[in-house]
Amino acid sequence: MEQICGAPVQRGGGRLELVSDSRNRDVAVDGDSGAVGEWLSGVGSVLIAVYIILAIAATARSVFQILTRFDEAPLAYTLSAVAGAVYILATVALIMGRRRERRVWRALAWAALSFELAGVLTVGTLSLTHPEIFGHETVWSLYGAGYIWVPLVLPVLGMLWLRREGTTEDPEPTPDPNESLY
Amino acid sequence: MILWYGIVIIAVGLIAAVLCFVASARKRGPNDYTLGATLLGALLLLVQIVISAIAPAAGNPPEGDPLEFWMYLIIAFLLPPGAAFWALVDRTRWANLVLAVVNLSVAVMTYRMLVIWG
Repeated sequence: MEQICGAPVQRGGGRLELVSDSRNRDVAVDGDSGAVGEWLSGVGSVLIAVYIILAIAATARSVFQILTRFDEAPLAYTLSAVAGAVYILATVALIMGRRRERRVWRALAWAALSFELAGVLTVGTLSLTHPEIFGHETVWSLYGAGYIWVPLVLPVLGMLWLRREGTTEDPEPTPDPNESLY
Repeated sequence: MILWYGIVIIAVGLIAAVLCFVASARKRGPNDYTLGATLLGALLLLVQIVISAIAPAAGNPPEGDPLEFWMYLIIAFLLPPGAAFWALVDRTRWANLVLAVVNLSVAVMTYRMLVIWG
């Protein structure tokens, strides 16, 4: 992951700009201001896109499993449905919590991401130690191996993003006029 | 499914994913090439929908669950247009990364479809 140097400072309009070392960083192409803010905002939008795909994948799979073979592994498939619901919640919370002021959504995002990380670690381990109960394919089995380990990596990236974004000012490239007084 | 056609979809998905990833790494916004490659995947999947609808009548039925297969196919078909719409709104290089992720997903999902069909 690219490391960003240069101290961000706040200017009058609440926009971010790099004081120095901006020549060879990712400025200019995407827009006109705030390399750090742009970068965080961009990474955030990609995270949200991946979350949308994972939410659809996990939910669709659990719907199918519950419709067709719920009796085979009720616990694993119930968990699968819960995982799908939490991915949807995380997606919505990340979208709504993009502005720091929305603390409730941010807290929800933190909670959903923590739950996901705990879930993938717990179910991933249980699928190895108790395959008779958790051996059925779910989004979290084998630490998310069926989804190229995206379920393991994504909550960590999401938390890093929430933390980084929480420490810098105004990552939003298009401020909402109603909230710009902040 | 027709094996070689499935492999074509996977190959196009992977190539499109690399193309979009490189464009994003070079800090380019979405352009005709990245959008075109993504929509080519959608077009191939549309043809796959027709193939899958006809194949059972032509003596090539799925071995796996048809419902599971169709869920994969429909969702895979809807992803590229959704991402393309995203790329039309978000003109930054990050939209190319979104396109790359979606094309990779299409490749993975098509592989899963081949497995389900048998």
